[in-house]
Amino acid sequence: MSNPFQKTKMVPVPSHSIIPERDLGKAPILECQHLGIEFGGLKAVNDLNLTIGRTEIAGLIGPNGAGKTTVFNLLTKVYHPTHGTILLDGKDTSGKTTEQINKMGIARTFQNIRLFSNLSVEDNVKIGLHNQEVYSTLSGILRLPSYWKKEKEAHERALELLSIFDMQDMAGMKAGSLPYGAQRRLEIVRALATNPKLLLLDEPAAGMNPSETAELMENIVKIRDTFQIAVLLIEHDMNLVMNICEGICVLNFGEVIAKGTAEEIQGNPVVIEAYLGKKKEG
Amino acid sequence: MKKMFSNKKTLTNYITYAGVILLFVILQSMSAAGGLSSALKGQLVPVCAYVVMALSLNLTVGVLGELSLGHAGFMSVGAFAGAVAAAALKDVIPAGGLRLLVAMIVGALFAAIAGVIVGVPVLRLRGDYLAIVTLAFGEIIKSIVTNLYVGMDANGLHASFLNPTLHMEGGKIIINGPMGVSGIAKISSFLAGFLLIMVTLVIIFNLVNSRSGRAIMALRDNRIAAESVGINVTKYKLMAFVISAALAGAAGTLFAMGQNTVSASKFDFNTSILVLVFVVLGGLGRMWGSIIAAAALTVLPELLREFSEYRMLIYAIVLILVMLATNNPTFKNFFSKIFKRKGVKNHE
Ligand SMILES: Nc1ncnc2c1ncn2[C@@H]1O[C@H](COP(=O)(O)OP(=O)(O)OP(=O)(O)O)[C@@H](O)[C@H]1O
Ligand SMILES: [Mg+2]
Repeated sequence: MSNPFQKTKMVPVPSHSIIPERDLGKAPILECQHLGIEFGGLKAVNDLNLTIGRTEIAGLIGPNGAGKTTVFNLLTKVYHPTHGTILLDGKDTSGKTTEQINKMGIARTFQNIRLFSNLSVEDNVKIGLHNQEVYSTLSGILRLPSYWKKEKEAHERALELLSIFDMQDMAGMKAGSLPYGAQRRLEIVRALATNPKLLLLDEPAAGMNPSETAELMENIVKIRDTFQIAVLLIEHDMNLVMNICEGICVLNFGEVIAKGTAEEIQGNPVVIEAYLGKKKEG
Repeated sequence: MKKMFSNKKTLTNYITYAGVILLFVILQSMSAAGGLSSALKGQLVPVCAYVVMALSLNLTVGVLGELSLGHAGFMSVGAFAGAVAAAALKDVIPAGGLRLLVAMIVGALFAAIAGVIVGVPVLRLRGDYLAIVTLAFGEIIKSIVTNLYVGMDANGLHASFLNPTLHMEGGKIIINGPMGVSGIAKISSFLAGFLLIMVTLVIIFNLVNSRSGRAIMALRDNRIAAESVGINVTKYKLMAFVISAALAGAAGTLFAMGQNTVSASKFDFNTSILVLVFVVLGGLGRMWGSIIAAAALTVLPELLREFSEYRMLIYAIVLILVMLATNNPTFKNFFSKIFKRKGVKNHE
């Protein structure tokens, strides 16, 4: 398989993880230590250690029900972990709310799309800009100069962000009326609007056709390059994962069963077994 | 900037402003020329009050997406707080218009405080608690005002529960328990009502088209996604709810100051439901719909007085027609949303 995407060498860091060599000098954007959550008796995620470099594109893969989305929900405090710590940019995130986590630098998309479907595409992005283009409610109601200035900025910024996916012509459309693939792209744009340091993408290619997926791959790399942020993505499309992800973490039944580069993961018999369900014990 | 004005939503807003102004001019000149029956003339202020009630409730139900069943409670708070303010300021501010303005501000402030008291504990919770709590709130306000006595003498205002004497030296009683307020100096006018509608529209339209309004609608459309982009859920829910309560308070003052007497029983559960009917029939989030529904359904019973026998029948038919005319997608959405909310929510 020839890979058009350039990857750097991966190097080990103290927390039993690997990050891209170019990020070595900088503190990792995310460090999970012994992260876990139980629902009743079910350990949906158990003892997860994960380190992500500043500008890394990392992958989180695993069979259905492995606990991947739960990891995203833990990182964004939709659920609060029962075990372990999450360090975002070196800062402990325990006790934070979803809203605060976003302000600290994590933005995400959702596996089952969650757009503001009655609002326009542009308004969806502007809502992402909520903490970027700030003016008071009173300035808004009285239409003071700060309203006009910030609204103009938000409008321009929204179109600029939409242009990443060439969606600026759809700005006036209702978000809920967009085709599926465009809705997924809009979620990425909305997340990017919050100016994150770490972007979490939950199955960004789901429901996309091969040419859309190929374009998405290029755009994810482009986003990382232009914004200089880290991306952690969950994806079942192995072509996408193996092509653009630098470090890959494989979950099965909430446990990490393998970690490494695309090459290492591809050849790992444990991973193959988890996916194919071959020789399942118990 | 050009683009902002050519936008469809903005256009609808301007048409709404224009429609309200046009209606006001027509009705005002008809009224001046003696073209309105006295019964209809008497309805002008209440119609304005109910239009503001419907618009403000639409902010909670249509824009924020929370169900409130006690909106009349805020109207009541505004009515009685405003009535006390107007009576107390009679000698200080002789000019009726200015006194009404001050009374409305007082009414709105008290209703806003009530909104904070109801909203702070409830809006932090996830789920449909607001409907239940506002329902109780409406009833509680009714019993409070029914047992409230407020009077004024040379020493200032006196208030008491269950004690009509108020320990006053002479003076006059303003709120007389179950009898409410009587002998009101009618300082409300159609012009004042029209201005309050316009102010309400400006507040709601400008809010909806601003950063805060988008945050409120984001919560309505998808709370989890809104949190994920850094929106403070409680803050924006409370903001919408309190603005809605304050506007209802101002409407209450306007209403009270246009009547000879007002008692707490005027603002009961039926009134809350009536206003909710205006909002649902006019379309959730659609302000012009609220205006038309509130105006039509407030005036109609008065117009139908001559056909007293068929009054309720015609009223029912008109209700159905309005429902069909304002079309059903919103209607259906509203109910499907209520039922869906009852189901288990999971996060992914
Ligand atoms: N709120 C919850 N309560 C109870 N169990 C839950 C909850 N959320 C997730 N789970 C369980 O945790 C496990 C992991 O679910 P999760 O959604 O994280 O899987 P996933 O790896 O994202 O799967 P998929 O590839 O299908 O999206 C599943 O068994 C799921 O039923
Ligand atoms: Mg999942």
